[in-house]
Amino acid sequence: MSEKKQTEQDKFLAPENKKHTVIGPDGEEIQVDPLNDYFCTDLPKVEAPYKGVLEKFLNWARAESLWVLSYGTGCGSIELPPLFSPRFDAYRFGVAMRPTPRQSGVLIISGYLAVKTLKRVIRSYEQMQNPKYVIALGSCTINGGMYWDSYNTINRLDHYLPVDVYIAGCMPRPEAILAGFNKLKERIKSGNAEGANEYIEKLEWYKANQKKIIKDWNMPTYNW
Amino acid sequence: MNIFPRIVFVLLGLFIVLNWGLIMAGIIRKIIARLGMRRGIKVFQPYINLIKNYSIRSQLSHGVMFYLGPVFRLSGGVGIFLFMPLIYGSDYWSNFSFTGDLILITYFMFFGMLGMALGAGEGGHPYSAIGISRGLAQFTAIEVPMTLAILSIAIQYQTLSISEIVAAQQGGIQNWTMVTNPLATIAAMLSFLGAMGHSPFNVVMAPQENPVGPPTEYHGTFLGVLQTNRAILHVIEAVLYMNLFFGGASNWGVLIIKTFLIYFWSVFVGMVFPRFRVDQSIPWFLKIPLVIGIAAIVVFII
Repeated sequence: MSEKKQTEQDKFLAPENKKHTVIGPDGEEIQVDPLNDYFCTDLPKVEAPYKGVLEKFLNWARAESLWVLSYGTGCGSIELPPLFSPRFDAYRFGVAMRPTPRQSGVLIISGYLAVKTLKRVIRSYEQMQNPKYVIALGSCTINGGMYWDSYNTINRLDHYLPVDVYIAGCMPRPEAILAGFNKLKERIKSGNAEGANEYIEKLEWYKANQKKIIKDWNMPTYNW
Repeated sequence: MNIFPRIVFVLLGLFIVLNWGLIMAGIIRKIIARLGMRRGIKVFQPYINLIKNYSIRSQLSHGVMFYLGPVFRLSGGVGIFLFMPLIYGSDYWSNFSFTGDLILITYFMFFGMLGMALGAGEGGHPYSAIGISRGLAQFTAIEVPMTLAILSIAIQYQTLSISEIVAAQQGGIQNWTMVTNPLATIAAMLSFLGAMGHSPFNVVMAPQENPVGPPTEYHGTFLGVLQTNRAILHVIEAVLYMNLFFGGASNWGVLIIKTFLIYFWSVFVGMVFPRFRVDQSIPWFLKIPLVIGIAAIVVFII
């Protein structure tokens, strides 16, 4: 990274993330560069899928066991809890909520996405493991919806994350979300839902888009 | 029996126990769903989840202990299995049980948790550390009435061999420990509630409170190993209680029915009672179950 770019990035870093000196227990001075010392700076690699029947079988298992990250961004998050009530019962489709991004495979962007939230969404998405899918809920994620000229929401989600399934509506009802889950299942079973690898292949483009919007980028390039 | 046929039967038994554990988990989830007026998951959903977790492509590690945590947990579960006689009177299905296996099995019950504590601690997530400290504190409290009940049986039957304890209970329900030593049975069945981690005592992994406790950072194959262990552990701990208190099993059909009913006891209580906080659950174990456990020993000393 060039010197100028580095100083530009440092401008947005939180004080504890800038290079600083720490006094050790015996009085020795230790130079700390948090972004390089505390975080993994490696970039991810493309994980090629298997071929033939094996991959088809694994894709079937992935499609029948969708673990969704319990994370809501906009007004659509209120449509998610009823999915697990007796009336809609998403469990029968193999859908379950997981409270940690490490164990989940599906990220639902439920409605408008503020710039501040986009940063958290990117961190959560990058912490999920390789076969991972994004469902975009509501018209706000397609073209901005009623927030299209707002000063602090993004308009098109697929400039920032690879989206597998869009569910249109403002807001989509739980039935529409269930239909979206079934659409996602079809896509996974057909072997086309390779969003995670696509994100890694086009990482530079996605990162450029993300950094254009997020002015206070005080985190490593890729959040493992 | 020679060592090689025995190893084959041990592996076969492990395979049956693992599959029964997964199917039982599915059936129990289905029953819970029907109680909530839902259709619920497919019965084979635990299998699909397991395949999915083993097929995750990318894995992260936080260090050597992070790798070893699930391995220790699995060896805790398989360790209990190895020394547990499954079917009474069958040389083929008695695994590696020997005269002091009761002591070894009570040790193995804690072994997996300690390994998991080290592994999840290295994951570095604060929720892991909170879950671990709650889990270990609660399990220490659970062990007290359980150990007292086991000591009471050891005094009653004058042996530390599970096979001999099962043999002493043959000949009808009137010979089961449940009837001959009800105090020890009550203390042990109350501690069983905590060991299974269902509702009143599930604050360790409660997704609403400390998502999701010790395995927060575990994913993919690591999580798959933990799920495999969970399936084995649930069945094999129910087998331990069946052998100690409910007359053992003379064939696989009886084993499957008895383990299901014993495991269902913890699910039943879990469906009825809400969750305890950890500062409520530990004193609870140290009050009523502890007093009953001490009474179970005092009866035999007097």
